[in-house]
Amino acid sequence: MSVIVHYLWLIPVLPLLAAGLSALAKQRQRVFAASLAIGSMALSLLLSCWAFGLTLSQSGAGHLYRQVVNFRWFQIGDTWVKLGWMLDPLAAVMLVMVSLVGLLIFIYSVGYMRDDENFTRFFCFLSLFGAAMLGLVISNSLLLLFICWELVGLTSYLLIGFWYHKPAAAAAAKKAFMTTRIGDLAFLLGMVWLYSATGTLLFYDSGKGCLETDALINLVTQSTSLGIAASTGISLLIFCGAIGKSGQVPLHVWLPDAMEGPTPVSALIHAATMVAAGVFLIARVYPLMAPLPGGPLGSGAALKVVTWVGAITAFFAATIAVAQSDIKRILAYSTVSQLGYMMLGLGVGGVAVGMFHLITHAFFKSLLFLGAGSVIHGCHEEQDIRCLGGLRKYMPITFATYAVGTLALCGFPLLFSGFWSKDDILHSARVWNGSHWPFYLGVAGALLTAFYMTRQVYYVFFGSCRLALGQTTASEQRTVEHAGLPARRHPHDELPPGPRESGRVMAVPLILLASFSILLGFLGTPAWPWFQGFLTGSRPVLAFGSLLEPAILGTMALSTLMVFLGIALGYWFYGRRALAGAQAPDPLEHVQADIFVLLRRKYYVDEAYNWAVVGLNAWCAKASDWLDQHIWSGLVQALVFVVTGLSWLNRFVDEVLFNRGFDGGCGGLTQGGSLMSKLQGGRVQRYLRLAGIGVVLLVLLLVWGCRAS
Amino acid sequence: MNGFPVLTILTFLPFAGALAVSFLRPKKRTLARGLALGFSLGVLALTLLLWAGFNTSAAHLQFEESYVWIPSLAVRYHLGIDGLGLLMLLLSAIVVPMAMLASWHIQERAPLYFGLVLFLQTGLIGTFTALNFFHWFLFWELSLIPAFFLIRLWGGPLRVPAATQFFIYTMAGSVALLLGFLAIFFATGKFDFMDLAQMGRDGTLVSALADKLGWTQMSSSTLALVIFFGVFLGLAVKVPIMPFHTWLPAAYAEAPTGTSMLLTGVMSKMGLYGFLRILLPVFPGQLQWMRTPLLWLAVITIIFSASSAFAQRDLKRVLAYSSINHLGYCLLGIFAVMGSGALLQDPQVEKAAALNGVFLQMFNHGLTAASLFWFAGFLERRGGGLRGLDDFGGLRRVAPVFCGLMGIALFASLGLPGLNGFVSEFLIFKGAFPLSTWATGLAAIGLLITAVFILSILQRVFNGPLNVKWSTFSDLSITERLAVLPALGLMLILGIYPQLLLGMFNSTVLEMVSHLRF
Repeated sequence: MSVIVHYLWLIPVLPLLAAGLSALAKQRQRVFAASLAIGSMALSLLLSCWAFGLTLSQSGAGHLYRQVVNFRWFQIGDTWVKLGWMLDPLAAVMLVMVSLVGLLIFIYSVGYMRDDENFTRFFCFLSLFGAAMLGLVISNSLLLLFICWELVGLTSYLLIGFWYHKPAAAAAAKKAFMTTRIGDLAFLLGMVWLYSATGTLLFYDSGKGCLETDALINLVTQSTSLGIAASTGISLLIFCGAIGKSGQVPLHVWLPDAMEGPTPVSALIHAATMVAAGVFLIARVYPLMAPLPGGPLGSGAALKVVTWVGAITAFFAATIAVAQSDIKRILAYSTVSQLGYMMLGLGVGGVAVGMFHLITHAFFKSLLFLGAGSVIHGCHEEQDIRCLGGLRKYMPITFATYAVGTLALCGFPLLFSGFWSKDDILHSARVWNGSHWPFYLGVAGALLTAFYMTRQVYYVFFGSCRLALGQTTASEQRTVEHAGLPARRHPHDELPPGPRESGRVMAVPLILLASFSILLGFLGTPAWPWFQGFLTGSRPVLAFGSLLEPAILGTMALSTLMVFLGIALGYWFYGRRALAGAQAPDPLEHVQADIFVLLRRKYYVDEAYNWAVVGLNAWCAKASDWLDQHIWSGLVQALVFVVTGLSWLNRFVDEVLFNRGFDGGCGGLTQGGSLMSKLQGGRVQRYLRLAGIGVVLLVLLLVWGCRAS
Repeated sequence: MNGFPVLTILTFLPFAGALAVSFLRPKKRTLARGLALGFSLGVLALTLLLWAGFNTSAAHLQFEESYVWIPSLAVRYHLGIDGLGLLMLLLSAIVVPMAMLASWHIQERAPLYFGLVLFLQTGLIGTFTALNFFHWFLFWELSLIPAFFLIRLWGGPLRVPAATQFFIYTMAGSVALLLGFLAIFFATGKFDFMDLAQMGRDGTLVSALADKLGWTQMSSSTLALVIFFGVFLGLAVKVPIMPFHTWLPAAYAEAPTGTSMLLTGVMSKMGLYGFLRILLPVFPGQLQWMRTPLLWLAVITIIFSASSAFAQRDLKRVLAYSSINHLGYCLLGIFAVMGSGALLQDPQVEKAAALNGVFLQMFNHGLTAASLFWFAGFLERRGGGLRGLDDFGGLRRVAPVFCGLMGIALFASLGLPGLNGFVSEFLIFKGAFPLSTWATGLAAIGLLITAVFILSILQRVFNGPLNVKWSTFSDLSITERLAVLPALGLMLILGIYPQLLLGMFNSTVLEMVSHLRF
C-alpha cells in the first residue's frame, strides 16, 4: 500500500488545523488567517494530486483500484464501531476537484472579502468547510460520511448567515439548515437500518463491508413489512438525504435563499461542492441503489426514483430560472436544475455519467458564480440584473470568462465541457428502458437553460448601463431597510464611480476556471471516454468512429438544436433591442403575463410550505403548550388540591389534638405546627442545622448498628 | 468485600463540607464559596481516583460495602458501584463545581447557599451508590430538601409556587414508589436491589407477591403490575415522562442558575438511574408487557416536549422543555430494549447499542444542559433579569465570544456530529430502530423540532440587527471564558473520542443485556 493511502487523512486534517488555528486568531490577523487557509488548501491539493496520480497509475483494464484503511472508533457491546478512509477513482477525482476549486475560491475570496471586518472568521469557516468536504469524499464509512455531511451543513449554515446582521441572511441560514435536516433525518434512519441489517457501516472491508456482495445479497433478499426489499428501503431513505443536500424537488427551497451568503460561498458550497455531495453520496452507495446488476432484479426501484426526481428537478428549476431577476438566484435555480441532471445521469447511466457532469459543472458553475461576484463587487453590491447592463465594456475579463461559463452551462456544441457531459446524460436517458419522459424533460430543460442564460447575459453585459450611480442601489436600499444599519460600503467610494473591473486576485481564478471549463470536456467525449473508463476501471480506446454512431449523433444533433434554439429565443426577446430601463417590465411578461408571474413567484412553493409546514409546526407548538397549561397542569392542580386538603387535615390533627398536650414539654418547638412560617428569613439556617444534626445522628446510628451486628 | 470505605467517604465528604460552610457567618462570602468549591473539587478528584481504580472490564459491583444495619427490617448498609453508578458519580462530580461557579455572584446568604449545594451533592452521591432500598430512598428524599430550599429562597419572582409544586409533585411520586416497595418488602422480606433483581429475573417475585398479598383478590400478574405502576410513577415524575412533567418548566425557570444546572444536570438523571437500577432488573416482565404503551409515551414525551419548547418565549423554559425532550430519547432506548424487533438477526447487539446510547446520553445531556443553563444565566444577569427570546437581538455583534461558545453548547444539544450529543443519539437510534421501528421513526421528528427551536434561539438572540438597548452588552470576561471552557472542551472530546466513557460502562451494559433475553 502506498504511503499516500496511509496519510490520506492529512488531506482533510490540514484544513481542519487551519480552521482551528484561525479560530483562535484575533480579528485583525487577516493575513495570518488567509495564508493559513490558502496554504493548507494548497497542501491538500498537492496531496490530492499525488493520490490521484497513484490511482491513475494503478488502475488498469478490468480492475478498479481501491485501497481502504479502517480503524476502530468505539466499542459497543462486543462489537467495535469502525470508521475508515479509502482511495479509489471516485474519491481521487472528487479530492482533486474539491481542493482545486476550493483553492481558487479561497484566493478569490481574499479580493472579494477584502473590506469585510470579519475577514478572519470567514477564512476560518471556509477552512472548516474544506476539511469537512474533503473528509466526506474520502470516507469509507457511511457514519463518517454522515458526520462530515452534517459538518458541511453546519459550515453552510454559518457562511450563509455570515452577514448575520441582515435578517434575510439569518433567516436563510436557518431555512437551509432546517430543510436539509429533514432529509438528513431520513438519511440517519436509513443509516441505522443499514447498520442493523448488515452489521457494519464500512463500505469496503475486505468482503465484509456493506457495499460488498455478501451484504448486498443479504439486503436484496430481506423484505420488509412494506413489501419492498430492505436494500430499496434503505436506498430511498439515504436518497432523502441527497434530496435535501442537493436541493432536489421538493426540498429545493433552501438553495436559492442561500444566496444571501457572500458570493465565494455560493460558488464553493452552493454550486461546486457541498450541493453536489448528494450526487456523490448516491454515486458512493451505487451498489446499494442498483444491487447486483445483471441479477434477476435488474436496476433497482430506488434508481427509478432517483431518475424521476432528477428529471423533474432539472426541468422544474429551469422554468423558474427563466423569470428571476437576481443574478445569483438565476444561477442558484440553474444549479438546482443541473443537480437534477446529475441525478438523472446517475439514474439512467450510472456513476460515471452523473459524476462527469458533477465535475464539469463544478468548474463552470463556480466560474459563473465568481463572475457574478465580480459583477456585484464591481457594481457596488447591485444584484438585480434589471439594474445592471452594458458591463461588457467596463469589465472585459469578467465578460469573457462569464461568456465561457455560460456557453459551457448551455452546452454549446463541441468546444465546451458542459456539452459533452450533458450529452452523455441525455444519451443515457434516451436509451433508458423505463420511460421516455425523463429524456423529454431533460431536452426541454436544455432548451430552457440556453434561454435563461442568454437572457441573463443580455441583461447584464449588453445594452447600456442602467446602474443608478450616485444613489443607493436597490439591494443596498433593501439592506438598509431590513437591518437598520448602513450598508456595507467600500471606504474608497464616497461617490461610486462607474462599474470597474475586479483586481488581479479575482481575475486569475476566473481565467483558470474558464480554461478548465473548456478543457475538461475532452476527457469524456464519446470518442475517448477516458473519464468514464477511469471511474469504472476500464481502459478507454480512442475511436472517433463512435461519434458517428446514429444514436449518439442523433442525441448530439438534438441537443445542439435545443441549445441554438434557446440562444436564438433569448436573442429574440432580449437582444434585438436594448432594454428600456430598470423599471420596464420583462419582455416575456408581454407574451404571457400570468405564467411569468407564476414562474417569478417560483410556483408559490415557498408560500405553500410557509402555510403548511411552518404553520403546522406553529400550530403543534401552540397545541402542546395549551395541553401543558390546561390539561396536564389541570391534573396536577387537582392533585395539589387533594394533597393540600390532606395536609390541612394533618395540620388540624397536629395542632388541635397533638400540640396541645405537647406544648408544655418542649419550649423550643411550640411553633412546630406552622413550620412553613418558620422557614422564612434567617430561621432557615437554624432549621438546616437541625436537619444536619439529624443526619449526623443517623450516621451515628448507622455506625452503632454496624458494630452491633 | 468491605475494604477501604471509599464510597462512604465520598458520600459524606460534601456533607462535611456542607456543615463547615453553612456554619460560617453570612458575611464570609468569599470564604464560603471558596471552601465549597474546594470540597466539590475534592469530590471530583476522589471520583477520578475511583475511576482510576475501577476495573472497567468487570461487570460486577465494585467498591462494595455491606453492613447489617437494622436486621429486623432486612436493612443493610449496602453500597457499591458498577459502570452506571460510576458514570453518575462522575457526572455529579462535574456538574456540582460547574453549578458553584455559576453561582459565584450570589450575595444573599451565600454560606447557606453553597452549603445546600454540597448537601444536595451528598444526596445525589448517596442515591447513586446505595444498593438497599431503605437508604437509597433516604438519600432520594434527602436530595429534595436542599433543592426545595434552593428554589424557594434564591429563585425568581414566581419561586414560591414553583418550589411548592416541585416538592409536592415529586413527593407524591415518592409516596407511590415507597408504597410499592413496602408491598414488595411485605411479600418478600427483602430490600436489597440485588436480591430483588434476582427474584425479578427468575419470577419468584411475582409468586411471592401472590402468596403474601392474596387477600387483595388480585391475580398475581395484576398485583405485580399495580406495584410496578407505583414504582414507575415515582420514577416517571422525576425524569419526567409526559404527562407527569408540569412541575419541571416552572421549577427550572424559577430556580437560580446554579440550581437549574443541578436540577437538569444531575437530579433529572436520578429518575433514569432508577429506571435502570430498579425497574429494569426487578420488573422485566412487567416492563416487557407494558412495552408498547410505554414506547408511545416516550414518543409523546419526545415530540410534545420539543413542540412545547418551540412555543416558549422564555429561554430557560425553552431549555427546560428541551431537557425533557433529550431524556425522552433515553426512555425510548430503555423501553425499546424490552423486546425484540421482527427484522433482526441478533437483537442483543442492538440492545447493547441502545443501552450504551442511553448511558452516554444521560451523561451528555447532563453536561450540555447544565452548560446551556449556565449561558442562560449569563444572559439573564447581563440583561438585568430579562431572558425572553424576543428581548434581545443581534448580540453577536457586541458579544461574539459569548455567541460562539453558547453556539457550541447549542449545537451539542442539537446533536451535531463532532460534539457529544451526536454519538449517544446515534447509538440510541441505531439500537432502537430495529427493535421498535415505528416509534423510533416518529421520534426522529423530535430531532427535527429540536433543531428548529435551537436555531430559533440563535436567530432571535444573536442574529439580526443589534437591538440598540444592548449596545453596551458586555462579552464574556476572561474568567468567565475560562470557567466554561472545561465543559465545552469535554463536549468536544466526548464527541470525538466517546470511547473515553463508553469503555467505562460497556461491561455493565453487556451484563444488563445478558439478562434481557426475550
